[in-house]
Amino acid sequence: MRYGETGYNLEIDLATGNIERVETDPKMLETHLGGLGTSVKLHWDRVPADVKPFDDENMLIISSGVLNATPAFSANRTVVTFYSPQSDLLAYPMMGGFFSAELKYAGYDKVIFHNKSPKWVYIWINNDKVEIRDATHLVGRGALETQDLIRMELNQPNAQVAAIGVAGENRCFTASIEQGRSSASRLGGGAIFGDKKIKAVAVRGTKDVNLYNGEAFMKEMKDMMAYINFRNANPIPDVMTILSGIGSPQEMVHTDEKWHTENFMWGNARTRRRGFWDEKIDEEFPRVQREGIKRLISCFNCPQHCGALVAYKDTPRYMAKCFGKLTYMMASYVDSMDFAWKTLQRATEYGVDSFSTPQILAFAVELIEAGIITEKDLKAGPTWSACPTDKEGRFLWLLDRVAHREGIGDVLADGVYYAARAIGNGAEAFDHNTIKRHEQLPLKLGTMDPLYYLMYATNEKISITQIEGNWPQGAFPTMEQREAFVKDWPQLPDDSWKQWLLEWEPRGEKAIPYFPTIDMCCNIVDWMEMLHNIDDACCVCAGMSSFCLKPPYHIHNYPRIISAATGLDLDETSLKKIVNRSRNLHRALNNRRGMSRKDEKPPQDHWKRRFPEIEENLMSAYYTFKGWNQDGVPTKERLHELDLDYVAEDLEKRGLLKDGQD
Amino acid sequence: MAKIKKKVKTIKVDADKCNGCRGCEIVCSAFHSTPRYSTINPARSRIQIIRHPLKDVWLPIFAGEYTPAECMGREKYVIDGKEYDECTFCRATCPSRDIFKEPDSGLPLKCDMCEDEPPLEQPKCVEWCINDVLVYEEREEEVEESVEMDKVETGLVSMIDKYGLDKVAEAIARISQKD
Repeated sequence: MRYGETGYNLEIDLATGNIERVETDPKMLETHLGGLGTSVKLHWDRVPADVKPFDDENMLIISSGVLNATPAFSANRTVVTFYSPQSDLLAYPMMGGFFSAELKYAGYDKVIFHNKSPKWVYIWINNDKVEIRDATHLVGRGALETQDLIRMELNQPNAQVAAIGVAGENRCFTASIEQGRSSASRLGGGAIFGDKKIKAVAVRGTKDVNLYNGEAFMKEMKDMMAYINFRNANPIPDVMTILSGIGSPQEMVHTDEKWHTENFMWGNARTRRRGFWDEKIDEEFPRVQREGIKRLISCFNCPQHCGALVAYKDTPRYMAKCFGKLTYMMASYVDSMDFAWKTLQRATEYGVDSFSTPQILAFAVELIEAGIITEKDLKAGPTWSACPTDKEGRFLWLLDRVAHREGIGDVLADGVYYAARAIGNGAEAFDHNTIKRHEQLPLKLGTMDPLYYLMYATNEKISITQIEGNWPQGAFPTMEQREAFVKDWPQLPDDSWKQWLLEWEPRGEKAIPYFPTIDMCCNIVDWMEMLHNIDDACCVCAGMSSFCLKPPYHIHNYPRIISAATGLDLDETSLKKIVNRSRNLHRALNNRRGMSRKDEKPPQDHWKRRFPEIEENLMSAYYTFKGWNQDGVPTKERLHELDLDYVAEDLEKRGLLKDGQD
Repeated sequence: MAKIKKKVKTIKVDADKCNGCRGCEIVCSAFHSTPRYSTINPARSRIQIIRHPLKDVWLPIFAGEYTPAECMGREKYVIDGKEYDECTFCRATCPSRDIFKEPDSGLPLKCDMCEDEPPLEQPKCVEWCINDVLVYEEREEEVEESVEMDKVETGLVSMIDKYGLDKVAEAIARISQKD
């Protein structure tokens, strides 16, 4: 019997229509755990390094994690992996919601898609019955709309459906996969769905998932419940509201957005709008936000309220979460929550990433204003009118063109990096917020922050969003505040690190960029990202773990929880080894696709005050700390320690590792 | 018939507070698995969240009595502008819908308020609902004594309804001989 995992994957060849239920090797749980870990292994083993994102061979995996479908709080993420059309590296956007649990109740850990379908289809997984069904009647339908249409068509109100909208059908590089109140958004999973002609995947399951030691597992969860209640009743003091609680940022609950609106760089990551949150906005925004929210909602088995059902005026209903309520509005400089709710609905149905897309549109607006995108690009087309000149109308017009790949939208749909190069004529200079061809959070600050430098530059996610985590974002001004913060901090891997926080000052020699020291930064970043990787193998929401301060899940309770679920005999050391193995395999896989140190750079204007020497030393030290050579490739020794000798061999054959030079 | 004192156990449902997490379904199925907490399967849960997210319907319903027949008529409720599908508020395990039946055998499920020895302070779903949607209440009432079908009898009745008395009797006789 298998515990935690179901022990079966579903392998679907879209070209031939062949569907197989394949038993997985139990050893994979021991070596790569599950979720992202085992998916990375499958991509390494099966997909040749030179496969391009829109090639037939670009396998796409929808995966659950080890703790989905168990009573583990907030274990509800679904991880989608594929070679990204934007970064050309292995992407792993994740979505919350209810999909992964349902998939495991249907008896599968993963759905693995091979090749492309000749016509539009959706997949219907109902326990042992799996069908590839015609979806031609759903083409052109919204991502959310499609989900309900499929539920009605199947007469299955409890089916969970992940679907793409028009943007995915048109292979926009920022197309998302939408599912209920959630979406796997970053790096173009929707485009790969579209390329394979998968309109949606629907699943309903009524089978058992087994726990190895249920009593022990429930005891862990009972303790966790007490802690969640405690944290919900006791927000962390002296940090901004959004960081004070647990869960994914409670953007639907919180209405005070002074910090985000005034500290982020809006438009095309361009303008910091100090004084934005004035008396008028302070009255209007919270009122309209509350007016739009019908109910606060959660994902599977999560007590928090990170999402909302939005029923705003005559706008069709939809579900929202996180940051999208601000990004379109602030990128367009249309200071209206009314515009925000309406635009987010349109974008959700199109199925686009609400981080990248608003920046792409704002980038286009800048090019219009600079005369680089000209009249001929903005005129009416066969099925659309000319671009309006008002801010609102222009932004929506651009969104429509991008989602449909019409006119200039066809170029913009490839994202800022590729659009800038395709448009040329100086447009390249407006691409100032991408790393590895991917749009970043619009946050440009004063002094280079070494912790964030490392995360921006090196993390596999290629996105700071949801990578920042357990370490406070800034030093506390007073010793009293620092002492209060470290007093109750069992999540830290090592108690001695508390001293680092106590010594950390907002200004002076013990402030960024000098402190935390390079060595401390390496340890802190590695810890936070290691925790992220455990989350992603278990498919636990980072909002209850690696993303927030003092979370319910941490390195000390995770081994007990995973052991009780799966029967693995894990301690902190062995769990760390598994995730280190997964992260190094992921890195090697990206190295094999050409990624190296040259790519690991935050944009030049990311901070006003840069320190080239410190940055260089920081990167070199981090690479050494991680066991990578100075090109950022895991060394033979490091790979050997992690039982990845076959990876070293492959990298040697490709000339990425050379004997004696590591 | 004699009057006896009966403890009435109630779970008050404040559906407006429900965030739709389905934690109640998970813990119910875990508690009722054998060995306890060994398997999880919301389809076996004796509480189900009736969900229509876009209609703002998140409604916890508990499994009630088994009934072999469908109702003669159905009702649709519109409350506070929300239309609830037929059967939404009904707790019965009946032939007209899939819920409250063991997914493999089709046998009916019924909420037992997590009766246990020693007794729990409150049913598991109530304990697990952090958002206080479910609140447990107890009171005593004087009622006329009656014979209640226990779980085995309920199961047998549903089997008889499904397969006929003869077949069930034959099966029991056969099993008895084996023992």
